[in-house]
Amino acid sequence: MRSNSSSLTPKAPLALTIAAYAGLLFLHVPILIIFLYTLTPDETTYTFPLPGITFKWFGIALQRADLWRSVTLSLQVAAIATFAALILGSLAAAAVYRSNFFGRESISFLLVLPIALPGIVTGIALRTAIGGFDIPFSFWTIVIGHATFCVVVVYNNVLARFRRMQGSQIEASMDLGANSFQTFWYVVFPNIATALLAGGMLAFALSFDEVIVTTFTAGQQTTLPIWIFSQLSRPRDRPVTNVAAMIVMLITFLPIFLSQRLTASSSDTEGNSK
Amino acid sequence: MLNKISTYLYLRPKLVLWLTLGPPLTYMIIVYLGSLFNLLINSFYYLEQFTGLIVREFTLGTYARTFEPANLEIFTRTTLMAIAVTVMDAIIAFPLAYYIARFTPPKLKTWLIIAVTLPLWSSYLVRVYAWKLILAKEGILSWFINLLGLQGALDWLLGIPAIGGSSLALSPLGMFIVFAYIWLPYMIIPIQTALERVPHSLVEASSDLGAKPLQTFRTVILPLAFPGVVAGSIFTFSLTLGDFIIPLSLGNSKFFIGQAVYSYQGTAGDIPLAAAMTMGPVVIMIIYLLIARKMGAFDAL
Repeated sequence: MRSNSSSLTPKAPLALTIAAYAGLLFLHVPILIIFLYTLTPDETTYTFPLPGITFKWFGIALQRADLWRSVTLSLQVAAIATFAALILGSLAAAAVYRSNFFGRESISFLLVLPIALPGIVTGIALRTAIGGFDIPFSFWTIVIGHATFCVVVVYNNVLARFRRMQGSQIEASMDLGANSFQTFWYVVFPNIATALLAGGMLAFALSFDEVIVTTFTAGQQTTLPIWIFSQLSRPRDRPVTNVAAMIVMLITFLPIFLSQRLTASSSDTEGNSK
Repeated sequence: MLNKISTYLYLRPKLVLWLTLGPPLTYMIIVYLGSLFNLLINSFYYLEQFTGLIVREFTLGTYARTFEPANLEIFTRTTLMAIAVTVMDAIIAFPLAYYIARFTPPKLKTWLIIAVTLPLWSSYLVRVYAWKLILAKEGILSWFINLLGLQGALDWLLGIPAIGGSSLALSPLGMFIVFAYIWLPYMIIPIQTALERVPHSLVEASSDLGAKPLQTFRTVILPLAFPGVVAGSIFTFSLTLGDFIIPLSLGNSKFFIGQAVYSYQGTAGDIPLAAAMTMGPVVIMIIYLLIARKMGAFDAL
């Protein structure tokens, strides 16, 4: 039993602290550089130090209808793929947690395949299948592709929470006369709610940022990553790409922050397991 | 009514199992495994070179083509890169994960975890592009290297035939840096999760029994955290194997698997050869996953 973990936090050796913060710096400096380059007046090369400072790219980005169309499309795709992943992932987690059945061990294996196999495999497999059946490439083919690799994130989060949940709560609820639906709504759901939210956010992020599978499953649709990819080959618009990236990062910071807070409060019992 | 359904279901656990497992299983089997199987079948067809049409007849000829020296070279190059990136990421990630898991009070921990996951949320492509800015000839890294007076050392590195090139942005060395950067969070998170699960009592017991901190780390913490490293390596290895964006935007003109597959199916329209080429990573990853599962890495995902 750990009563107060914060007072027991040991002091890190200096070398470890330096290595850790060097790692963090390595992760974040490139992102800051994008922020910096949104201000460059230099359209064609990557000169450093910047030759000057300008704010005109923000105005130009605002007027780019194609950019905002692709943002909307990405949000829609991610929302629907996340919704599908929430349902399929939590159903699979419930089945694996509740019952023992033949092939149970293979379920995690099957679900983890789409993110464990290189994205290009999923992409080309889906493209060949969709093309082979003469199904037109559309919004829905993108969603179908994204859902395959989003399911596992929700599944992992929810299953982990189920395993930490006390089975006695469910038994108590049933003993006190609640039916399965009431037990689910009043006991199980509140327990897994934050896991669903955290898994959902991660699934949303995966889908929102996905480019490899999407290049294979999209038709004429341009999601935000595909838009950025197409921008990379058109040097004139590079600073606009930076502005777009900066907006995306600022918008997504809030949900990730909230989801971390939600799971942090419920995960401090971790590490106590025998 | 609800009570009746509830009782009905309670008495039939098999039915409940099928109701819960049915939808996800159906989806994954039909959409995912179905597509993979279809791809496998396609790899046994071949492309008629003159007409440019796919002939739906069983042949091993397409697989034979993946063993042509040019394609073998692509496999070797990609696998070596994936191994190098995985090792590098483990080296950078472990101290950071260890620091977060063991030496930070809860508040700081929340912030650090956010700091590690935040790059995953920002566009992957733009982060690749950021490195294009950094690695470019007139870019920030050259400026910094010049400032330190290390231009000679860089030129020497770029002069090594296997990893060098005309500039960092156009060399395998530059690609390696970018790969390691892009997949790093995928390595940190599973290691940190695994380290969090190492029971405090074991660490205390070890030091009570007279082990020095370094000894405890080597004999207690590291073995228990190793599944996390394996779990992370699944991502770094597999993502490097299949990526075509980074080789397309940075490296020299030498192909990686993803790029080869992309161009075979796209511009060449040779779906059978593209399919056969992807079977390489599929086999490598399935073997990798089976070993990883044996080592308990799936619990650390």
